[in-house]
Amino acid sequence: MEALVAGDLVKNLPFLACSILVLLGLYTVTFKRNLIKIVIGINVLEAGVNLFLITLAYRSGSTAPIFTLAPKGEEMSLPAPHALTLTSIVIGLAVTALMLSLAIFIFRHYGTLDAEKVNRLRG
Amino acid sequence: MKSMSVIVRTITRLVYGFLLVFGLYVIAHGHLTPGGGFQGGAIVASGLALSLVAFGLSNLKGRVREGFLSAMESLGAISFISLALVGLGSTFFYNTLAGRGGLVFGERVLKGPNPGDMNTAGLIAPMNWAVGIKVLAGLGTVVYLMVLVGSLRDENEEETTGEGE
Amino acid sequence: MKRRKVLFLFSFLVVTAFFFSMAAAIHPFGEPYISDMGRFLLEEAQLEADANNIVTAVVFDYRGFDTLGEATVLFTAVLAIAALFRRLAE
Repeated sequence: MEALVAGDLVKNLPFLACSILVLLGLYTVTFKRNLIKIVIGINVLEAGVNLFLITLAYRSGSTAPIFTLAPKGEEMSLPAPHALTLTSIVIGLAVTALMLSLAIFIFRHYGTLDAEKVNRLRG
Repeated sequence: MKSMSVIVRTITRLVYGFLLVFGLYVIAHGHLTPGGGFQGGAIVASGLALSLVAFGLSNLKGRVREGFLSAMESLGAISFISLALVGLGSTFFYNTLAGRGGLVFGERVLKGPNPGDMNTAGLIAPMNWAVGIKVLAGLGTVVYLMVLVGSLRDENEEETTGEGE
Repeated sequence: MKRRKVLFLFSFLVVTAFFFSMAAAIHPFGEPYISDMGRFLLEEAQLEADANNIVTAVVFDYRGFDTLGEATVLFTAVLAIAALFRRLAE
């Protein structure tokens, strides 16, 4: 049973890479205390999810779904997940910019970037 | 914020024009080649960020106006919604200009692989421009504001250490 | 404090095992399930939307509402950053 699972894991190597990225991001968000490291962890998590979306759209030996000067006789990958990934990348960028600005603001107010010390209301 | 060394400034002067032209090319040919509004807007905004980092804020004080960038972003958003409302005869986002043989993006497209014709694709091409201008102005505003606040803090620190001594 | 960290680490290992077993059990890489929408987009979308780039046609023509929502999110984020920095610069 372990040999069966191991064989399938090696054949699905791109999906394994996506899950490793997501797990690294989750570990950083849960176990680290510096605010900038938490922001980097959220960024890695977003990268893993985008990679998973475009891995779902691939057919063996296919090319990009664009008809300008396309090579004849080759099939094309599915175009719908590419469109969803575009939206996801832009939203990830907007969230990261806002989080970094809030980190600058918190540092001005508290003087420290430790996530366990910035939980008191100070006037 | 101080400017960087001579090598960085010279290379930035050479590369900045290419970045702007390449970004506008990616926005304009969004319906034929890979790319589109979002990607081209990000390329042009990265050119703006490069020039801000290499030359410092004190040398570019009069050239980047925040009101102009803000007006361009609002213009992009309003024109995107009005382009979506043009085809309101059928539905909200209907592509009315496609395939009617007119002068404004109306030609038909042959089936299968072909060298692209710029005159095609209805309402998709002006929408690319609207979104490209919006992303360009938005990202440029964010980068400019962060550099501005960083340089203000440096000035405050220099003043206080000068008073202490 | 120590017990909480040990509990978090154990649950993280359980989540890791779950992810790896799901990555092995998903469909083989390179043979996706092609739905009716995928087939329609590859065969008919070039003539109907008059565009050579099918991804751009999907983003701006067939799924224009998602692009509208994304433009709104970008606009709101830039607005919030500008409001925050205007207070910092005083």
